Amino acid sequence: MIWNSLRLYFRYAGISFRSQMEYRASFLIRSLAQFTVTGVEFLGLVALFQRFGHIDGWTLPQVGLFYGMVSVAFATAEAIPRGFDVFPNLIKSGDFDRILIRPRSPALQILGQEFQLMRVGRFVQGMLILLWSASRLGIDWTLSSITLVVLAILGGVCLFSGLFVFGAALCFWTIESIEIVNCLTYGGVETAQFPLSIYRPWFRSFFTFVVPLATINYFPAQAILNPDGASSGYLIAWLSPLAGLAFLLVCLQFWRIGVRHYTSTGS
Amino acid sequence: MNAYLSILVSRFQILLQYRAAAAAGVVTQVFWGVVRAMIFDAFYRSSAGPQPLTHDQAIAYIWLGQAMLLLTLLSVDADVAAMIRNGSVAYEMTRPLDLYSLWFVRALSGRAAPLLMRSIPIFGIAGIFFGLTAPASLNAGGLFLLSALIGLLTAAALIALLTISLLWTVSGEGVSRLAPGAIFVFSGIIVPLPLLPGWVQRIAEVLPFRGLIDTPFRIYLGDLHGAKAVTAILLQLAWLGALIVWGKVALARGVRRLVVQGG
Repeated sequence: MIWNSLRLYFRYAGISFRSQMEYRASFLIRSLAQFTVTGVEFLGLVALFQRFGHIDGWTLPQVGLFYGMVSVAFATAEAIPRGFDVFPNLIKSGDFDRILIRPRSPALQILGQEFQLMRVGRFVQGMLILLWSASRLGIDWTLSSITLVVLAILGGVCLFSGLFVFGAALCFWTIESIEIVNCLTYGGVETAQFPLSIYRPWFRSFFTFVVPLATINYFPAQAILNPDGASSGYLIAWLSPLAGLAFLLVCLQFWRIGVRHYTSTGS
Repeated sequence: MNAYLSILVSRFQILLQYRAAAAAGVVTQVFWGVVRAMIFDAFYRSSAGPQPLTHDQAIAYIWLGQAMLLLTLLSVDADVAAMIRNGSVAYEMTRPLDLYSLWFVRALSGRAAPLLMRSIPIFGIAGIFFGLTAPASLNAGGLFLLSALIGLLTAAALIALLTISLLWTVSGEGVSRLAPGAIFVFSGIIVPLPLLPGWVQRIAEVLPFRGLIDTPFRIYLGDLHGAKAVTAILLQLAWLGALIVWGKVALARGVRRLVVQGG
């Protein structure tokens, strides 16, 4: 069953891939545009570090590690569950009804709606910064620390996907798209580009316990930057990306409640 | 002239109906402002040296940026873009109106109405809760309003240019997608211009984008005052005039080579 679903998903993704490649120039320009917009954002950061030297003791390559990890995770999450991001249109037009009558899970079909390739712009930008920071940090990259980075990014993909699913599920009640969720997605990325320790306590708690952004970014990165830290910190770092997965599962559960609650707009 | 004015007023009134969108925009921008203010707080407490802007000025700059963010998000009106794409732009050309003025006025109302609905509440919220200071002086406040109005007109002129670029690229890709990167850096929305390295500032000073928000903000903060403020406003006006002339010339050329497919 699960293999069958995966195969179906890859067919969906393949179709989406081919259709976007039909407009090759458009794809290239969009990716390039995303690369430059996120790129100049980072240059702004570089300028601030030139002026101020450091931020609460964190250097640019250290902040670059946070920045790169969250950018790569977010870019991936924007590409894969893009269908949930544009989901309000399906509700408004009533097209969701068609999805419900097909003998496959609605979540899988929404997931397969679109695989947004242009996100490769942000992905590449984030990856370059991650690699640049990694080389500038002057720490020994062991297999375990690389694994931790990868796990943290995967946890981040789950977390942001969860937020997109959550935003889509809200539409079952509101019909309209809820822009406020953007605060959590785009705002979350903006926030996690810096170590969470620079923010005010209430804000830190929110992004640790309500939306567990700290677990896919701050804790793992901190463990990598301070390999000699307390062993309890190390344990938290390794376990915390799981919180991203847990968050996604909770959001999917919320989505299922929404599907049960759904009444068509009839249009 | 009256025709353009009534288009402006009626479009403005239509756009004022989008209150829910404006409320969502206010919440988003306030959230953004809180995050960015905390980041700049942290930078300022990390370094004791003198900076071109004081901490309070930098925070005020950020909040002004959140209030007037729309002046830097220059996207082509979706209706006009669709018209160029599907050919109904031909009808626009048969109207007894100057096409450039028509598009300019549309762009102007498209920015002005949402800007007003977002900026006034954000000014209030940021002023009461988040340390947005009042203008440096009464004089600075008055010049700020004038300069911000020119900034709004500059935004409309830039949008008109982006719209005209669609006559060449049709699909809406190209210039209109790649321009935002430059606008973000050189308007001062990413990092306040006075905090950028000197050589970047010198480039920014001769580009039109600083006229969108940086010039009005610095007048507000008292960073530009007296003769400097007047020069900055004159420069804004010069760029506004140049962008309008550029737009008119480009449109005339674009229309000459325009082929509308029948159907």
